Amino acid sequence: MSDTSIWITIIALGIGTFLIRFSFLGLLGGRDLPDWLTRHLRYVPVAVLPGLVAPLVVWPAATGGSADLARTLAALTVLAIGALTRSVLGAIFGGLAVLYAVQYFA
Amino acid sequence: MGRAYWQGFRAALPFVLVVAPFGLLFGVVATEAGLDIVQTMVMTVLVIAGASQFAAVQLLADHAPTFVAILTGLAVNMRMAMYSASLTPYLGKASLGKRALVAYLIVDQSYAVSVAEYAKSPKRPLPEKLAFFFGSVSPVAPLWYGFTYIGAVAGKAIPPEYALDFAVPITFIAIVAPSLRNLPQISAAFVSVAVALLLAWLPYNSGLMVAALLAMMTGAAVEKRLERRV
Repeated sequence: MSDTSIWITIIALGIGTFLIRFSFLGLLGGRDLPDWLTRHLRYVPVAVLPGLVAPLVVWPAATGGSADLARTLAALTVLAIGALTRSVLGAIFGGLAVLYAVQYFA
Repeated sequence: MGRAYWQGFRAALPFVLVVAPFGLLFGVVATEAGLDIVQTMVMTVLVIAGASQFAAVQLLADHAPTFVAILTGLAVNMRMAMYSASLTPYLGKASLGKRALVAYLIVDQSYAVSVAEYAKSPKRPLPEKLAFFFGSVSPVAPLWYGFTYIGAVAGKAIPPEYALDFAVPITFIAIVAPSLRNLPQISAAFVSVAVALLLAWLPYNSGLMVAALLAMMTGAAVEKRLERRV
């Protein structure tokens, strides 16, 4: 990736993110979002992030794109701990522990 | 005023435990991906939205086209339009400059504690509400900048055995997993994963865009159906 594309990404993401944050507070006053829109916006994180992650888990670049036991088990651990305990940090550390343990022993 | 500021500060203090390691990790991941320290810091200060920064950097490192990295990052931040909308009834009467500053500082943590406080005591005067908001972001934003810097400087020293390539997937799964508690969220996540994998062969990572749109529609449709049944 080139320096230019990095800078363009940084600046566009910075300005765009500010405009998203400013949108209603800054421009639309007290008007509410239409129902159908908030209903869709509620699912944005859960619609984008899993799809972004799935190929990284199934075909990790670090192993040349073939599935890898340590990474798969680590991903499942994070998912389980996060869903059961709702602790983001707990899930991250649990996942890293499994990743390192499996890499070390396997 | 001062009291409201410190109330906000205290309310957000527990998030220090989350923001510090997250910032550190972003610093490491960004420099691994090829950003220099100046680029990493400008991004962190300009965007202050961790998940979108991770997403954009990951896509750039995967050689996705620039517009895909930008659009994906913005999509991840679309939830902040909801935050902005829900803060407006409480802070909408502040001056334009103050609203702009608030907007820049809307992050998951400051939003969550402030909106909870406003709902609890809606009668507090506007200056106190603003002071609470700025208090709530004070332990969070400087720490995010600082730890990103430490991560960016220290990152190169971390050997590959630590499998930091996998820090991004782990972080994202950890962010999403706690919300997978009801059927609409679970269906949306499932569609997102399935379609992203099925369409991984599409150029420009555009499969992810299709997956995200279909997943959002799935979540909204399931939610509506469940509501109708009640």
